[in-house]
Amino acid sequence: MKHSLEEAEEIYVKLTSGKILFILGVLIGIVAIAFIAVYIGAANLSVKEVFDTIVAKMFPFMGAESSKIATAIVWKARLPRIVMAIIAGAGLAVSGAAMQGTMKNPLVSPYTIGIVSAAAFGASIAMVLGAGLVGSGRYLVIMNAFLFGVLDAFLIYGIARIRGVTAETLILAGIALMFLFSGLTSFLQYVASEEELAAVVHWMFGSLCGTRWEDVYVAGAIFLSCLPLLMKYSWDLNAMALGDEIAITSGVDTTRVRIYSLVLATLITSGIICFTGIIAFVGIVAPHIVRLIIGGDHRFLLPCSCGLGALLLLVADTIGRTIVAPIIIPVGIIFSFIGVPFFLYLVLTKRKEYWR
Amino acid sequence: MKLKIKDVNFSYGSRPALESVTLSIKEGEIVSLVGPNGSGKTTLLKCINRILKLQKGTVLVEEKDISKLKLKELAKILSYVPQSVSHSLPSTVFEIVLIGRKPHLDWNVSSRDKEIVLNILSLMGLKEMVLRQSNELSGGEFQKVLIARALAQEPQVLLLDEPTSNLDLKHQLDVLNLITSIVKEKNIAAIMAMHDLNLASRFSDKMIFLNGGKIYDAGKPETVLTARNIRKVYGVEAIVNENAGYIHIIPIASVSEG
Repeated sequence: MKHSLEEAEEIYVKLTSGKILFILGVLIGIVAIAFIAVYIGAANLSVKEVFDTIVAKMFPFMGAESSKIATAIVWKARLPRIVMAIIAGAGLAVSGAAMQGTMKNPLVSPYTIGIVSAAAFGASIAMVLGAGLVGSGRYLVIMNAFLFGVLDAFLIYGIARIRGVTAETLILAGIALMFLFSGLTSFLQYVASEEELAAVVHWMFGSLCGTRWEDVYVAGAIFLSCLPLLMKYSWDLNAMALGDEIAITSGVDTTRVRIYSLVLATLITSGIICFTGIIAFVGIVAPHIVRLIIGGDHRFLLPCSCGLGALLLLVADTIGRTIVAPIIIPVGIIFSFIGVPFFLYLVLTKRKEYWR
Repeated sequence: MKLKIKDVNFSYGSRPALESVTLSIKEGEIVSLVGPNGSGKTTLLKCINRILKLQKGTVLVEEKDISKLKLKELAKILSYVPQSVSHSLPSTVFEIVLIGRKPHLDWNVSSRDKEIVLNILSLMGLKEMVLRQSNELSGGEFQKVLIARALAQEPQVLLLDEPTSNLDLKHQLDVLNLITSIVKEKNIAAIMAMHDLNLASRFSDKMIFLNGGKIYDAGKPETVLTARNIRKVYGVEAIVNENAGYIHIIPIASVSEG
């Protein structure tokens, strides 16, 4: 049946070419916005200065010249922040996409199942009580946030195991823990001094201010090592979207996939928000938009969510940095301002619906 | 033998759902499981495909003990059409049927996989809607997509739970005819839970009456589909007719136990 083979290939190309175009478009968008973001800012640098500064450091043999001030602004202030925006957007979006897949619920994200509020509680302990396991000062906060984020995943698993690791038990355990940790954080805020309270509140805004290269390396290393492992489950997640019965009879060990992707998504999320504070909504918005546009095949959904999450967060942070410069609005706040209307627009105007 | 079930027991908590069920199915055979709600039809299917863990007894698919197989190995020889599936994360028809190829592929989709998917979709009359979203389909269309998905898995044993429950008259016949022709042509085996006794008798080589988790009677449709069995198992007084070569049941009245 030569004819049907060609036809099948044609249909498959029709199905996949749009998705490949989408990811290419998003990648080009990221590069373009990154260039704009590195150029604009409080200090007025010319395009040439910025360009030379980047070239001088990346390709020293080309002999481009750059001033010390320009180098400091571009390499110490702007670039780490931009790269962190990309990693954070990508990581939070892919974590959301993977969790939604394993739990068959388009509303689940690292925020809904309490990872973010657990991290906030960890950070608050460090800021209010000065207590923590590892590090001191800034690192005490970071390590606490990270460890509590991870702790949340273990608690969810521990609770869910009692009745069997299904989507429902994981979500219910996660939501319960989210409220628990939010309550605990509120308690700490209640007993905190003015100064401590300000620090906690500021942390919870979610901001990329003061991002250092070492933060970028750590968050990036965690993200890049977990992403391929998560991607490996793409086909399993596709089958799980049709329910556990079809997944199991397609050869998927659903419990294993749920636990592993929960752990991987938690590591990625905690590795990011321990540096940035609460940036949560991107984990629901980006995968949702991607689902609306390219559909639910996780082989494409996961990388496209990474790309779109990175793009959205980078745009939000660049706007936050410039809209009322020299004041910088934290990216978490800006994201809600532009992310929510954009998201609602898409949900309300696209014909596909999820809740049937 | 494609499928051998020996002395299978299963209980939900303390409530027994299956008690020493033993049966076997040859290649090219279609077997219907019939019986009232809660008689253990779905439970038996789920014990065969390992959604439920066997508590006692053995299940052999192609002479292999399923409890010793990896899930993926089992999925290469056995596929399942569940009663209902949620739409919470929709996908296109082609992509859903493609999931049937999952046990056979690692990451890349080969041209053979794509061809199998398309062939099955055209056999099922779904070719026009390959790019449609699953949540835009009618109940019957979606049920056919799920059957297509299970067939794309190219199983040796096909399990179906109420495969015609959402289908209209024409599609019931079409789908069961198609399943019959695939079973005979590829010499595989199918076992389906059915509510419609007329359809079950018409399309199966063997019928198994389940009652309270036990096999009450089993055999060729014309020998086991009797007014007595229907009365004992379903608690319904019925007339069994033969019309144009097909067995035809006319339920008369519900009767109390006994």
